[in-house]
Amino acid sequence: MNPVPVVGFMYPNEAELQWSVLIVLYPFLTGLVAGAFILASLERVFKVDAVKPTYRLALLTALAFLLVAPLPLQLHLGHPERSLEMYLTPHRSSAMAMFGFVYLWYLMVVLMLEIWLDYRHDIVTLSQTTSGWRRWIYRGLTLGSDNISAESLRIDDRVGWIITVIGIPSAFLLHGYVGFIFGSVKANPWWSSPLMPVVFLFSAMVSGIATVMLLYQFTARMRKTRVDMRCLDTVARYLLYTFIIDFSLEMLDLIQRIYEADESFRSLDFMVHSRLWTSQVVIQMLMGTLAPIAILGLAQVYKFGAAVRRRMYALAGLLTLMGIFAMRWNVVIGGQLFSKSFLGYTTYKMGFATREGSLTAVALLILPFLILWGLVKLLPPWEERKV
Amino acid sequence: MAWKYLLAGTPEQSPNYKMADHWWGMLIDVTKCIGSGNCVRACAQENDVPEGFFRTWVEHYHVDDWHLETPVVESPDGGKHGFPVVAQNTGKDFFIPKLCNHCADSPCVQVCPVGATFVTPDGVVLVDEKYCLGCRYCVQACPYGCRFIHPTKHTAQKCTLCYHRITKGLTTACCEACPTGARQLVDLKNPKDPIHEFIKTHSVQVLKPHLATGAKAFYNGLDGSVR
Repeated sequence: MNPVPVVGFMYPNEAELQWSVLIVLYPFLTGLVAGAFILASLERVFKVDAVKPTYRLALLTALAFLLVAPLPLQLHLGHPERSLEMYLTPHRSSAMAMFGFVYLWYLMVVLMLEIWLDYRHDIVTLSQTTSGWRRWIYRGLTLGSDNISAESLRIDDRVGWIITVIGIPSAFLLHGYVGFIFGSVKANPWWSSPLMPVVFLFSAMVSGIATVMLLYQFTARMRKTRVDMRCLDTVARYLLYTFIIDFSLEMLDLIQRIYEADESFRSLDFMVHSRLWTSQVVIQMLMGTLAPIAILGLAQVYKFGAAVRRRMYALAGLLTLMGIFAMRWNVVIGGQLFSKSFLGYTTYKMGFATREGSLTAVALLILPFLILWGLVKLLPPWEERKV
Repeated sequence: MAWKYLLAGTPEQSPNYKMADHWWGMLIDVTKCIGSGNCVRACAQENDVPEGFFRTWVEHYHVDDWHLETPVVESPDGGKHGFPVVAQNTGKDFFIPKLCNHCADSPCVQVCPVGATFVTPDGVVLVDEKYCLGCRYCVQACPYGCRFIHPTKHTAQKCTLCYHRITKGLTTACCEACPTGARQLVDLKNPKDPIHEFIKTHSVQVLKPHLATGAKAFYNGLDGSVR
């Protein structure tokens, strides 16, 4: 094994990073889930009718990403066969142990149930109109409930609304908790901040809204249907608002650190000016935050044509996702590049075709889209296909 | 007595040991440490510590008059093979042995998702390697860099304060191997332990006290530049 290049002094057990790119993926994927769900709730709870065309797509996107979210954790564990112990014998003081329950609650009680209630009418109808294996799948999905009378659908709608209302704080909890897993590590000043859960939450909303915005445009192009510009403009506007809050929180954290300049500051400052310059300053801040905010802001101020706006939103969405991924990278990897002695720095060497290598990471990023493709085939989210 | 267990391949029992009667820690007298690396070698041998990882290590500090906050620190191979003699014209030089601080309010114990790492009733932080998931959260949570993941067992490992020895009335391997007595196993619940008199008469500190971990590795003569 080649020694890891180290500058200055690291405690002897510190040179090798403990959490790899897979742990970068974990908050990134969970963030997309929370953000997509909150976008969906805009229509359901806050009656923002303009975003209705994205409602079901947002729910399916959240489910596809949520199903993949635990995989990077599982692949990272030294003993994945013992992971069930987190549910069977959880250690109550551990933020990580409690996350398992938050995850299950969100998956089973909020997301699955809301999707099922919203699609129940479609599922029952499809179980009666399709044939072959599809019929069997839809029959199974009805869970034995084939009553689609007006009264029954009214109850579905009411219960769905209640679940969405419960789902909003649950989505906040889901990603706020991910932030807390990092923010509560007092040994690491890069992570230890009460703002961490809030920053994670808003960045999650930003990434989720951007993903659904991109997916909506992409699917419309694939299906050769017209993009509802009122919907797209509204989603882009919400993306801008959330982004401004997110950016303000991150800047607040940064300004506080610079002004306080405590014992860890020299280390963190050195990192930002050297090892993290590209990923933090160039990719996260300039390209992934200021550029999309400027693009989305321009679209608000000037009257561009629909085609130009679509391209502007697509570009802003892509830059946003790149920026949020860089943010996760800078938190997870950046937080491990300096010694807890504040006297030295190490390097992250990412493998390629290894269990925690870049190939695995790319596969895990593609997998949710494949699952989403399957979900969309099974449960079409398009307004005109509503059964 | 011990041969019986050794030949049978089973751990020696210590039926007279009462956990509630002890509260273990370690006293490290910085003024006595000569950086021989004996403790590091003894620990590695006693506990079968894998190459490149350390349950204990020794750091060499050089503190310049003008750079009190930025000392030059080195610990080549954990100080296992000692340190070369370097003539310094300015500043001061000293050695700092490090090990798990066996914190009473241990951050590593707090974060373990399954409780595989725990504090024993006699104050030693241990890891149950048959239960550890290998999630590495404890490694992140330890402010002192004392934990690592065993390269073949894939579970968290750290200093056990030679629990297999101290429960039989022996001292730790590192304390036994120290040529100057710079490391002393202490039992805070034992009223006859010299630690009580030592703490009364010396300026004893713990590492990173602002983190309030309840560390039980006590340092005599600790310089303010030590991290």
